[in-house]
Order: sequence, then structure tokens, then C-alpha cells
Amino acid sequence: MSILDWIAVLFLFAGSFFFLGTAIGLLRFPDFYTRTHAAGKGDTLSSFLILAACMCYAISHSHDGLGTVLLVLKLLFIANFIGIGSPTATHAIMDAGYETGVTHWHKDKAK
Amino acid sequence: MSYIYSFLMLMIPWIVLSGFFDSFHLTLGIISSAMIAAWSGDILFKDLSKSAIQRLIQAGQFFQYVIWLLYEVVMANLHVTYLAFHPNVTQEIDPVMIRFKSNLKSEVAQFILANSITLTPGTVTVRITDSEFLVHSISRQAAEGMPGIMEKKIKRIFES
Repeated sequence: MSILDWIAVLFLFAGSFFFLGTAIGLLRFPDFYTRTHAAGKGDTLSSFLILAACMCYAISHSHDGLGTVLLVLKLLFIANFIGIGSPTATHAIMDAGYETGVTHWHKDKAK
Repeated sequence: MSYIYSFLMLMIPWIVLSGFFDSFHLTLGIISSAMIAAWSGDILFKDLSKSAIQRLIQAGQFFQYVIWLLYEVVMANLHVTYLAFHPNVTQEIDPVMIRFKSNLKSEVAQFILANSITLTPGTVTVRITDSEFLVHSISRQAAEGMPGIMEKKIKRIFES
């Protein structure tokens, strides 16, 4: 295992950890809006980390230079689309919830 | 001029995504990019008041902004993960809805501000009507920081 492989492993673990945090947040938060907070934010960084792990793995196991460059560029394209798509989707879900009149959870409403 | 920009915008992803460099595939790419650029090149780049160099500087500033935003994304994730593992979530959060008027004019700038708000810690954009943003914030502390330095940064890049 080269050093890049270990970095890839580290990124994969970090990404999985943040995905776990997102899933637990999704289940534990009190209402629709706060749950969407968890889903919308956790997704982005975890996906970025896992894509970064893929890049490190591709570079460490590359056979031809040009193919690896193209592969990394394609992964960057995916990261770009996730970076634009994820917050936009979160916003769309939030807006749909607001449109249908979902009331948000207050602190003093707890009891 | 906008036709040339559109052609380049289509040709570069073609080369990256196809991965073939023989004359057959490159010719196919040139033909299809040229056709699309000829038919719809005037849609993509409407505003040609700025020169190519000014646009490149703008792209560089935007790249700087993206780096800064990545740091904010990491902070947002740490915040959400901290809340998710907190033994008593409902004690820790205090959600509020806030409205504020933004002085950003262009739709692109508003879109980027909305997505940036969603990616920074504790806040999500719910709705934009004209230039009024409706933001759901997970704590009062995060709500007070709105719209903050983000709006100034975006204004400097897109509307200066």
C-alpha cells in the first residue's frame, strides 16, 4: 500500500462518518425543516470526500498518465454537479414544504 | 464572439468525456459542437459587455470564493454531525425563520447566494421572492450572521 492508498482510505472513512452523521441527524431532528438541514449539508461533503478518495486511488493505481488525468477530470465534473445540485435540491424540497404550509418547530412548542 | 465561446464550452467537455483523440471522434465532436453553437450560441452568453480578460479575472475570483466556500462546507458538516450525535438535540437547537432583503440584482448572483447560504453552517434558503430571501436557521446565533460577508463577496465578484 502506497501513501496515496492510505489517504484514500482516510477520505473514505471520513466520508462514511459524515454520511452516518447525516443519517442519524435525519432520524433524530424534530421537524421537517431541521431534518432537511441534515440531509442537505451532510450529502455534499461526504460525496466530495468519497470522490476525493476515488481520485487518490485512481492516481495511485494508474497505468497510463493521460487516462488518469481524464478520469480525475471526470470525477471533478461529478463533484461540480453534486456541488450545484445538492443545495438546489435541498432548496426545492424546503420550498415545497413551505408551499404546503408545514409549520416549523419552535423551542417553546416542545412541551 | 458568443458563438466561439459556446463552441469552446462544448468542445472541451467533449474531449474530456470521450477520451478518444483519433481524427474520427474529434471530427464528430467538432461537427456537433459547431452545430449546437450555430443554433443556440446566442442563448448561453448574452452579456458581452465585458472582455475575455475581465471574464477570466472574474473566474479567478469565483474560484477563490469556491475555496472559501469549501471551508464553510466542512464547518457546516461538523456542525450538523455534532448536533446529530448530541444526546439532547432539542435543547441545543432553536430554529427560526428570518427574512432579509438582498441588494444583489442579477439572477445568477442571487442563485449563488442562495446556494451558499444553504451550504454554510446552520442556515438553508427556503424561498426567494424578488430580492427578499426567506431563510430557515437552526439557531438564533446563525440567523444573526445573515447575510454577512457572503453577500459582499458575491457582490464584489458579479456586480462591480
